[in-house]
Order: sequence, then structure tokens, then C-alpha cells
Amino acid sequence: MTDNLDDLDYLDGNAAAGPLSEFFAIDVVSARGRCASCGRIDALATARLYPNSHGLLLRCPGCAEILMRLVDTGDSVCLDLHGLSFIELRRG
Amino acid sequence: MGIVSSGFFGRGRRDDPALPPGQHLTDGFPVLSAGPTPRITPEEWEFTITTETGQVHRWSWTEFLALQQDDVSRDIHCVTSWSKLGTSWRGVSLDTLFESVESDCEFTMAHSYGGYTTNVPLDDLLDGKAWIAHEFDGEALEPAHGGPARLLVPHLYFWKSAKWVRGLEMLRQDEPGFWESNGYHMYGDPWREERYW
Ligand SMILES: [Zn+2]
Repeated sequence: MTDNLDDLDYLDGNAAAGPLSEFFAIDVVSARGRCASCGRIDALATARLYPNSHGLLLRCPGCAEILMRLVDTGDSVCLDLHGLSFIELRRG
Repeated sequence: MGIVSSGFFGRGRRDDPALPPGQHLTDGFPVLSAGPTPRITPEEWEFTITTETGQVHRWSWTEFLALQQDDVSRDIHCVTSWSKLGTSWRGVSLDTLFESVESDCEFTMAHSYGGYTTNVPLDDLLDGKAWIAHEFDGEALEPAHGGPARLLVPHLYFWKSAKWVRGLEMLRQDEPGFWESNGYHMYGDPWREERYW
């Protein structure tokens, strides 16, 4: 059901850098992550960011499943990472 | 958010008693996209109600359209603070769909094509409070707005009105759906501003 990748109403993952900077000391969209659903490993910048939503959603460019969800309620901001099995940072 | 938006949009709650607190009017119909829009043909569409015993009540598109159709006009309120008054829908009342369903459960989970879920108590779906809507403003519901059919529960925040709905699952206990598990309110009454936990 989520294999329809024809839609164009998303941004590239780099647009998530600002909101995610509250959580990560490094520029996390340049890190690589593994999709917990299909196993694809790629830079988070290649993920698809759906704007105008109830929260910020990053979806896998391979299978369209959700990698990250960020919900900002004003009083708190919650980052759900269960769609990523790891994030890998390269040093230097 | 309340302070800025009521001043900015000008038409706040004070001059319209139909507006819940913290809401402003919109003339458009904003689309909140959470993912790729599912494209479901009438041939593959079906709607199911699954009870706690595993019994599945199933309607094809043709069977669904053969049921009694209601034309309803309701105000809708999105948690992102826009409201739209007097929206026109055509669809099948959940009262009609539940006529043949036997269940002791008080809670439901709505499931959508594309994987979205949202929880709604059964009481909030019955007694003329909710529909499976397939027309908006006299036209077939567009995929961007949840077509072929969406749940319409206008007295709760609009994220409860699941787009691309494909079924209801009866639950003995309330469980969080897609947004409810990440901070959104389990019930979502706009008049009590139940936006978040
Ligand atoms: Zn994937």
C-alpha cells in the first residue's frame, strides 16, 4: 500500500536538518541510517520529508516506510526513531 | 500559538461562536500530507469491520454505495488550528454499517490504505455522529482528501477522520493510533483543546 512513490509532495531530507538540530550535536542528515523495514542504508538527506503534516515525517526513499517522526507540541518535542535500525556517523 | 494566530487571522473565536478555542477560519481545504497518496480503485476498495471474535463484516464499493446514503453539513476542526464551517459530505452513517455487527467492545481502531491508524471510541461513531464519506461538495472525494472514502467524525479534531479508510477494528481497550502514539491526544475534543497529551 505504501509502495506508491509517484507523489511529489515531499521535500528532500536536508530540509529536516533544522528541526533535528535540537536533538543532535552533529548535522544528522549527513549520517547514514538503515531502514528497519527494508534494510536500505543511505544518507538521511536522501529520505523523503513530508511537510504540512501533523508532525515531521521522514520516509525511506526505497520502501516509503517511516524512518523518523518528530512531533512538536510546543511544550515538548518527541522524536520517534523506531523506523531506523541504526544511524552511522563517519569521523573525519 | 493561540496569541499570535487569533490576532493575525483577525476572525477569532470572539466573533464566531462556531469556532472552538485556538482555531481560525479558512476558506480553503488544506491538505496535510503524511506520505504518498494511496490510489485505490473502486474495484480493489473494500471496507471491513472486524470484531473481537475475528468475524469480518465486509462491503465492496458496489455494496457500500447500495446502502442508505446521508447528506450532511458539518463544521470541521483541524488540530493545526484551521476550521472550516458547514462542509458538505455524502456518505454512509456508521449506524447503518454497525446494524449487523455484534460486539461488546467500546473502542475502535480505524485502519487506512497506506498504513495510517487512529483510535476512536465506539460511542463517538454511533448515533448520527460519524460517516464513511465518499463525496465532498457534491463531487467524488479526491485522493488528496482521502478518496475513494474517508472516515468523517466531525466533532473530533480532523486527524481522527482517517483518510483512505479501509476498516474498523473493534478493541476491548483503547490503544493509540499513528499520531496518538507520538504525542497527539487519545480523544481529541476541539472544544476542550485536546491537542496533545
Ligand atoms: Zn525502506
